[in-house]
Amino acid sequence: MYMNRIFRLSKIVFLAVILLGINSHRLLAQDHEEGGHDDHTEAHHGEAGAHEDGEHVAEFDPANTAFHHISDQNVYSLGFADIPLPCFFYSKSDGWNVFMSSKFGIGHHGNGHYAVDGYVLVESIARRINDESFPKGKIELGEHPYVFEYVTVDGKEKEKVSLSYEGKLYPLENKSTLDGGLMGGGLTSFYDFSPTKNVVSLLLMVLLLFFVFRKIARRYNEDAYRAPKGIQSFMEPIFIFIQDEVAKPFLGHRWQKFLPFLMCLFFLILALNLYGQIPFFGNANVTGNLTFTMALALVTFFVVNLNGKKDYWMHVLWMPGVPVFVKPILTVVEILGLFIKPLTLMLRLAANLTAGHMIIVIFVSLLFIFNDAGQNMIGSVPGLALSVPLTMFMMALELLVALVQAFVFTILTASYIGAAIEEHH
Amino acid sequence: MFVLAEFNVLRPEPGLLFWSILIFVIFWYLMSKFAFRPIAQALIKRENHIQDALNDAKKAKDELRKIQTENSKLMEEARAERSKMLKEAKEHRNQIVAEARVAAKEEANKIVAQANQEIESLKKTALLDVKNQVSNIALEVAEKVIQKKLSDDAGQMEYLNDLVKDINLS
Repeated sequence: MYMNRIFRLSKIVFLAVILLGINSHRLLAQDHEEGGHDDHTEAHHGEAGAHEDGEHVAEFDPANTAFHHISDQNVYSLGFADIPLPCFFYSKSDGWNVFMSSKFGIGHHGNGHYAVDGYVLVESIARRINDESFPKGKIELGEHPYVFEYVTVDGKEKEKVSLSYEGKLYPLENKSTLDGGLMGGGLTSFYDFSPTKNVVSLLLMVLLLFFVFRKIARRYNEDAYRAPKGIQSFMEPIFIFIQDEVAKPFLGHRWQKFLPFLMCLFFLILALNLYGQIPFFGNANVTGNLTFTMALALVTFFVVNLNGKKDYWMHVLWMPGVPVFVKPILTVVEILGLFIKPLTLMLRLAANLTAGHMIIVIFVSLLFIFNDAGQNMIGSVPGLALSVPLTMFMMALELLVALVQAFVFTILTASYIGAAIEEHH
Repeated sequence: MFVLAEFNVLRPEPGLLFWSILIFVIFWYLMSKFAFRPIAQALIKRENHIQDALNDAKKAKDELRKIQTENSKLMEEARAERSKMLKEAKEHRNQIVAEARVAAKEEANKIVAQANQEIESLKKTALLDVKNQVSNIALEVAEKVIQKKLSDDAGQMEYLNDLVKDINLS
């Protein structure tokens, strides 16, 4: 019996090792099964100038792994398969380029084997060769065509990726971002309007929610007095909770007008949070992506301010009940507040979800830190002993965070709308 | 080494922003029209329905309680009525019995009186009869005496007196 238990335990551990092994093989950016000489090793220790430790070749970088893992991509990677997604690229010089990302020949780590019309796929993310001399059309690239190096720009370290093609190095540009260089992005030579992994995940969740709630609504429409059944009885308490605890207290007698908006926010955020939690399912980090939360915050901003009543604007522009000399100061503060409110909504959600995802990836990475990325099998034992319980704990915590953040976003939105539509008598 | 290698989650991308807003607005419109509004309406309808049903139930309960109190009151009254009626019947019976007794007594007295009267009259008749017979007998005796022994006046007188005496005594 004792032997039996040991056997069962070892079976579980073996299974966990295999699962994590698969996970690392596909999902983790730094994978060193091929003798520690793939693109990244070169990046860090081959051509990289700034950070040459040179002590051991197979260094595992959990931070980069995590960053890669949570980013938006032009490929939907499921671990065992890479699902190509459509690419809609726009550049000033070439105009629109539309094709499937499978045209890149998605290889290891989502690195493409081909360049298509001046675009390449590096770590599942499309980049552009901003060089007119590079040939257009589908161009086959050589072995390990991507060169990573760290350069210092304005005292900040920045990763620079280049394409090595026929003995020449072509610098690769990221897609344009709207941060104005604040986050290391900025406007570049092309825009990516592709339905990326995040867009696809968003669409999936939107469709799922639509069909689920359509089904529920149909049951209500058939007979409103019938006792709830199935998915309806699961969703109804949540719906009533948001309705009674969020919409009604904050919005007063006009709660019905804004209820669908709040419900959309809550259920969409919750669904996306939970969807991103499912292991081996792409781990789409939609709600942890600042762009997505910015979209929600923008919509919230317009909903709040377009519905603002006279009292609200009075409070913003010329605060009643304070001395005149204070009023201009408060006006400045209030106008700043108009933008800070959605800004905090945007940052809170993205930061919470991104942090959660990163911590999970890093806890999983503990295994690869301890076993030197698969080179030191004895190190796997403490690695597993640490990473499995910590990851499980973090995932449980993330389930809670998923709910809490969806709820917080909704309740704060409700309070902002409530403040805007409040009428004093 | 901490490099924001591909940390694009913190960079607002116009493409993703465009898709997110577009999808969210369409989602909002569709959900509002086909799901959340109908559900909210149905829930309000059901809530009102439940409230009405509860109110009705309360009303019905109150009504029932009222009816019950009324019923018990009626029962109480009926019970009082019954005992009263029973009492009256008893009294009535006693009265009837008493009256009957009095009547019977009177009747009996009357019958007795009548009987006495009859007896009296019969007695009188009988006495009259006896007197008649006595006087007849006396006459007969007298006749016989007169016929037989008219010789001895003294003895005859004595004898006559004795006879008369006997007649008066009886």
